[in-house]
Amino acid sequence: MRDIFSLVSASKVALAALAIVLFWIFVAIFAPVISPYDPLEQDSTAVNQGPSAKHLLGTDDLGRDLLARVIHGARVILVLAPVSVLCALLVGTTLGLSAGYSGGMVDEVVMRILDGIMAFPAILLYLIILFAVGASAINVVIAITIAGAPGIARLVRSLTLDIRTREYIAAAELRGENPFYIMFVEIFPNAWGPIIVDAMLRVGYAVFAIGTLGFLGLGLPPPAPDWGSMVARGRTYIWINPWAVLWPSLAISSLVVGLNLFADGLREEVTRYQ
Amino acid sequence: MEDYGTNTQVLNVENLAISYQIRKGEVPAVRNVSFEINRGETFGLVGESGCGKSTVAFGIVNFLGRNGRIVEGSILFQGRELRGRREEELRRLRGNQISMVYQDPMAALNPSLRIGEQLAEVLIVHRSLSKDDAHRQCIEMLNRVYMPDPKSVMIRYPHQLSGGQQQRVVIAMALLNSPALLIMDEPTTALDVTVEAAVLDLIDELRREFDTAIMYITHNLGVIARVSDQVGVMYAGEIVERGPVEDIFLKPMHPYTQGLMRCVPKLGLSKESSYLYPIRGRVPSPMNLPLGCVFEPRCDFAREECRHQRPELQKMNHTHFARCHHAEENIGAEWEPPEDLASALTTARPFAEEPILRVEHLRKYFEQEQRSLVSLVGLGEKQYVKAVDDVSLEIPKGCTVGLVGESGCGKSTLARVIVGLEPVTDGKIDFLGVDISIPLDDRDMDIVKELQMVFQNPDSTLNPSFSVGHQIARPLVRFKTVRRNQVREEVIRLLNAVKLDQSYYDRLPRQLSGGEKQRIGIARAFAAQPDVVLCDEPVSALDVSVQAAVLNLLLEIQHEFGTTMLFIAHDLSVVRFFSDYVAVMYLGKLCEVGTAEAIYAPPYHPYTEALLSAVPIPDPRAKQKRIRLSGTVPSALNPPTGCRFHPRCPRKKGEICETEEPPPQLDRDGHHIYCHTPLEELRKVEPVVTIVE
Repeated sequence: MRDIFSLVSASKVALAALAIVLFWIFVAIFAPVISPYDPLEQDSTAVNQGPSAKHLLGTDDLGRDLLARVIHGARVILVLAPVSVLCALLVGTTLGLSAGYSGGMVDEVVMRILDGIMAFPAILLYLIILFAVGASAINVVIAITIAGAPGIARLVRSLTLDIRTREYIAAAELRGENPFYIMFVEIFPNAWGPIIVDAMLRVGYAVFAIGTLGFLGLGLPPPAPDWGSMVARGRTYIWINPWAVLWPSLAISSLVVGLNLFADGLREEVTRYQ
Repeated sequence: MEDYGTNTQVLNVENLAISYQIRKGEVPAVRNVSFEINRGETFGLVGESGCGKSTVAFGIVNFLGRNGRIVEGSILFQGRELRGRREEELRRLRGNQISMVYQDPMAALNPSLRIGEQLAEVLIVHRSLSKDDAHRQCIEMLNRVYMPDPKSVMIRYPHQLSGGQQQRVVIAMALLNSPALLIMDEPTTALDVTVEAAVLDLIDELRREFDTAIMYITHNLGVIARVSDQVGVMYAGEIVERGPVEDIFLKPMHPYTQGLMRCVPKLGLSKESSYLYPIRGRVPSPMNLPLGCVFEPRCDFAREECRHQRPELQKMNHTHFARCHHAEENIGAEWEPPEDLASALTTARPFAEEPILRVEHLRKYFEQEQRSLVSLVGLGEKQYVKAVDDVSLEIPKGCTVGLVGESGCGKSTLARVIVGLEPVTDGKIDFLGVDISIPLDDRDMDIVKELQMVFQNPDSTLNPSFSVGHQIARPLVRFKTVRRNQVREEVIRLLNAVKLDQSYYDRLPRQLSGGEKQRIGIARAFAAQPDVVLCDEPVSALDVSVQAAVLNLLLEIQHEFGTTMLFIAHDLSVVRFFSDYVAVMYLGKLCEVGTAEAIYAPPYHPYTEALLSAVPIPDPRAKQKRIRLSGTVPSALNPPTGCRFHPRCPRKKGEICETEEPPPQLDRDGHHIYCHTPLEELRKVEPVVTIVE
């Protein structure tokens, strides 16, 4: 852990990016404390207002406080995105390790199926899955897992193919270790540097994906404070009240940029370190 | 100096010091290096890795990179100072006069250009020759480096040539400008011994013909003895001894040089003369060099002043210098072999009766993937790489069998098949009466435990994620060698057995040197006390002084546990000292099997004879027959019919070699030679190596 910190602190870009990400994490954790209003509370006397002393970021078409909704939206997204990437990581890593280590038919079958999934554009895949199973937080996680796992599996497989030829793997085989031990104890710890950098980028994509799904009405069902659906809803009144679109959009982009830059900085430092 | 006129002197390096700038400050990589090279002379620079050999070479061609700089000293090239000039001036001064050849020929050649284009470019750019003239000269040059069929080589790409041929192209390219100085940095290290021998012959010939001054850098003392006129021995960034090759090898004055001589195998006729005596400790890092003599911490004869005062280069006679306070008195000559070591090695091992491991008609074929359209739909004929083809071998209990051959002859595959890392294609492996020609997963854990391996590459033999202690403990836990609560104790005992103390328990592999990693690998292999240990080139990636220590360690542990070993090596001289029996392989088949004594004396298999004549011997007086094999090792995809060695065999009998597989001919003591040439004829062959004792 100290390693990671010293790695990050060596790169200024990564440090700045980390600050952005930490900001959002802070906001998400302390949402109930820092939020000025309940995000669901409607005020028919103050709809579609611009920023004011009472409503710092303004209100939406139902008179809900935008600041409160953005703050609580961070909660939603910062739970959903990492969880879905974690799930994708679990599935992808297992598949990639098995395919790479076993080789032969297992490799062929697993990778061709994953190739099949990758042949679909991600957004199409989300739509198909969510139309099929309905929109809910868990289903969003499932959709992102299915769409993300093949890419992770490919990366892990290629790392495994390389590590598999190392002599310490042969030594483990000569101890009669079972394949699971070799995959998860001998191979995985040596592959996880690139995997973690990749996962960081994927959290960024997931934030994007969740935003997009929310925008398309396939995210959390209303009235939940979801950044994507906030943009979608505010779009109708964009000429009257652009603020309702601007704030959630800014939130999404700043978080994505932060995550991506952080991953980039991390990768740079990790590769320099190697 | 007084012996040579200035006009013959090509390079004169005086008091050179080079440093690298790193985060922590400036690191001196080279200090007080002085030498000179005359026309038509080869100066050999020898030393272990990290001693600054290559840095000296890079300093001369001003290729030190952004963080390296020459701190002091002078480099006179043909009487003109190279140091302190601007890049542009330097380029003009050096002109086309200095060429360099590196270790990896593939890195020196552009993979996407034909050989002809790359060669001709040199002449077209530097000499402004016309395309046709350049082309003609290139073919001529390729002829001179004995490239077979130079015309067709000109239109080929680098990857279509073998390693030896690539290196010839690089040498030809370096010589096209007829440079005054040719710097060669480990040019034969990546090549097989038979190819290396041919390249070394070539270098020697070219030097005489072109009258070039050559600076030859290598870690291999045998190669140095063969090519050099003058030798500089480098240690920790300094030249510790310098002189004519005979003086360095026969009357070494510096304790380090003397130590080096004792830790390289000599390929002598008697087994005793092949014992190795390692130098203790390891090369100091340039970041914390000893205050006094750089060799003091490892020197058996160090005295008080060695600790505090850096010795100057002392003049022994007008050509021989040594950087030692006590060179005059030559204290190193008092050296006696340490008794415990000598006795451990000379104790005769009981010659075993029954074999512990018997390999019968073993085959290992790898299916070759086909690219053609026909095979894509499954109609093509399947092709196989016959890595091991019908090998029968017995390994007697408690003995060491050496397995020798050039790269790609199937040695490693044979070992991997025996331990079960590769499935058997055909044949039988019998271990203590149990048939183990089944996949590793199906083997009984008791059998799995008894067959362990020591690997070649120190950097990949240990899992970088786990501590040393964990990795040695794992087999103990797996095979339940000791009770759980005694594991730690046992690991420490094993660490001690490989001469490491218990502070290593918690270290990670990246904190260890190559030799230390290899020791841990050995401890791990021997942890569960297996009956058989297969060593796949365990020392070929190590420096000589470390090599000897690891080899002796293996021997000692083997004695202690009574382990049987199969020892794979490409170097016949290493195997000599180590093995009771030796098996020689060529292209997946055995050529010769016998006791170590029998293999190194006539009758030889013609291939063994050629191998022995190619081994570089670290003794300039050694006389070796000059047998050079023509061509390259054929592909194992389509091995030659009959005797696989026949296309390259200097003793080919005739048609029978091409059509019939040679039968094993029995000499004495189970010495088999697979050759059509009658034994009587082979017995008359003179010994390949004669060493004046």
